[in-house]
Amino acid sequence: MFKAATSGPAKVVTANRLDNGLVVFLDPQGGWTLDIAEARILDDDEIDAALAYGKEQDDARIIVDSYAIDVQVTDGLAVPVRLREKIRAERGPTIVYGEAERTKLTAAAD
Amino acid sequence: MYRYDEFDQEFVTERVAQFRGQVERRLSGELTEDQFKPLRLMNGVYLQLHAYMLRIAVPYGTLNAEQVRMLAFIARKYDRGYGHFTTRQNLQFHWPALKDVPDILEHLASVEMHAIQTSGNCIRNVTADQFAGAAADEAVDPRPYAEILRQWSSLHPEFVFLPRKFKIAVTGAERDRAAIQVHDIGLHAKRDESGRIGFAVYVGGGLGRTPMIAHKIHDFLPEEDILSYCEAILRVYNLFGRRDNKYKARIKILVHETGAEEIKRQVDAEWERIRHSALALPDSEIERIQAYFALPADLTPRPAESVVLNRARVTNAGLNQWIDQNVVPHKISGHAIATISLKPIGGTPGDATAEQMELVADLAERYSHGEIRVSHEQNLVLPHLALDDLPAVYEALERAGLGTANAGLVTDIIACPGLDYCALANARSIPIAQRISERFGSQARQNEIGDLKIKISGCINACGHHHVGHIGILGVEKKGEEFYQLTLGGSGDETTSIGEIIGKGFSSDEVIDAVETVVDTYLAHRANADEDFLAAYRRLGQAPFKEALYGAT
Ligand code: SF4
Repeated sequence: MFKAATSGPAKVVTANRLDNGLVVFLDPQGGWTLDIAEARILDDDEIDAALAYGKEQDDARIIVDSYAIDVQVTDGLAVPVRLREKIRAERGPTIVYGEAERTKLTAAAD
Repeated sequence: MYRYDEFDQEFVTERVAQFRGQVERRLSGELTEDQFKPLRLMNGVYLQLHAYMLRIAVPYGTLNAEQVRMLAFIARKYDRGYGHFTTRQNLQFHWPALKDVPDILEHLASVEMHAIQTSGNCIRNVTADQFAGAAADEAVDPRPYAEILRQWSSLHPEFVFLPRKFKIAVTGAERDRAAIQVHDIGLHAKRDESGRIGFAVYVGGGLGRTPMIAHKIHDFLPEEDILSYCEAILRVYNLFGRRDNKYKARIKILVHETGAEEIKRQVDAEWERIRHSALALPDSEIERIQAYFALPADLTPRPAESVVLNRARVTNAGLNQWIDQNVVPHKISGHAIATISLKPIGGTPGDATAEQMELVADLAERYSHGEIRVSHEQNLVLPHLALDDLPAVYEALERAGLGTANAGLVTDIIACPGLDYCALANARSIPIAQRISERFGSQARQNEIGDLKIKISGCINACGHHHVGHIGILGVEKKGEEFYQLTLGGSGDETTSIGEIIGKGFSSDEVIDAVETVVDTYLAHRANADEDFLAAYRRLGQAPFKEALYGAT
């Protein structure tokens, strides 16, 4: 089992994809997922190996700038501790944007 | 407006081809991120919180309809259908894929645009008064000089590795709409009694970690000397600016540590050596560039009063309010300049959708001689409108969510992208702007409050110009939470001042109430309705605001 902990503090490894820049997380199969719910949750003693793997993946031109973040795990689900990483894990800003924002503002005005 | 000559076009096209090769080599593994990063930054590509970001230069905030249409096309095809106008009059796309950037740049080159020198320690995009060439109160059109500076500073071999980035702003009116005193070099074009053009030269202003107001080191620099003088300033900076500490590397620190008088002496000494060189601008060259910026030939005087407009104002309260707030006089009779607010109530400051950009391009083509401007306050401008056309323009803008009548009011908030997008941020800016906007959203309340500039930055880099906000808001992180520090009394106009920190910061929950307390205190203490927030603060000082926020001490 890769899931190191089902609750409590832990870490996950994150990066941005090289080709499109999107935020990704290291998954249990050694791939990269956009969904933090699918991320591999790491114990302290696994981090060095995971970061070394991230570096290899960087060299292999899959991702850029991998690093470990603190998460709080609840029922196997990792939630980043820092707001910055929470926002990254949400895959976008905390506000609506573009056409969706236009629609929202138009509805509010009516 | 300026059109690329052969040299410009060839240079930009070659640069796209060069970057295409660099991206290919990065994606194929020939270049590591460490090798590639400086190359992508030179082409305006950042890696931000969620994705890459492409920053596109809008020289002195001037665009034509074709260019805006291209930005809309790129937003739709390569991004997520919108773009963000910045306080440097540029446009940022927040979601481009790296592999698409060469194609985007090629599209941009086809309309004479690029992303060169929008990053790195070089001379950045020159900014200018967004009403340049149109404003009734203007003495000199600053754009030809901004263009001359653009050409001089583009890949200037001596200035590609400066100690730090370098920003120049130019205005040609007494009323400073370009915040020239908080730039590395600020230029104020004016005329002497004989009508000759010259510049007051300010140096060493800046915001960020150490905000400073620029020092005037020349009262009236003849126009032909503009390049030699700027070159002399840059040389002194390049030689003596600190390279040992990033936070002390801007010219403001050099000017501060050396003293403005000594800097002036050094600049003058260098200038004496080079002022008669090839940098001296012949009249013919100035005239050649000025010709690009001549008013459109068919922009001719019309009756000063428009019956059509006056009649429409009586029956349409929205139009009437918009004219009062967003429209200012044009130098040609019967015309006006309109600010298109990118600050709808509750919206993201500076964002425009592809559809909105296309509408603005259409309106510019139809009514504004094809011209559009970007303001450093993150709004757009239609600079050449006939008064008769204002009702139709307003109606079209209003339908597209662009008719907000709030230019200069409390809801016309500058906000940087903050922690919603920016990798350097400590706290979010946009949601704070949205909540303030909603709190003060009623038109009657905004009108009662009058001119009030709120500016928000998500970190000390101050892209949101909080130091020069009448009310400035700086986001900080405290024990993992977002906190906001208020500064009061800042201003970025001809009476530039740096805002003063009023006291301890406020949590995200508290900060909107705190802003409201500040505004209510102003309303309670102002001498009369004509005394705006800044004037009242300057008269009253911090005391009543401090007391209202933190209680009697
Ligand atoms: S002020 Fe800070 S948070 Fe805002 S855009 Fe600039 S660097 Fe990012």
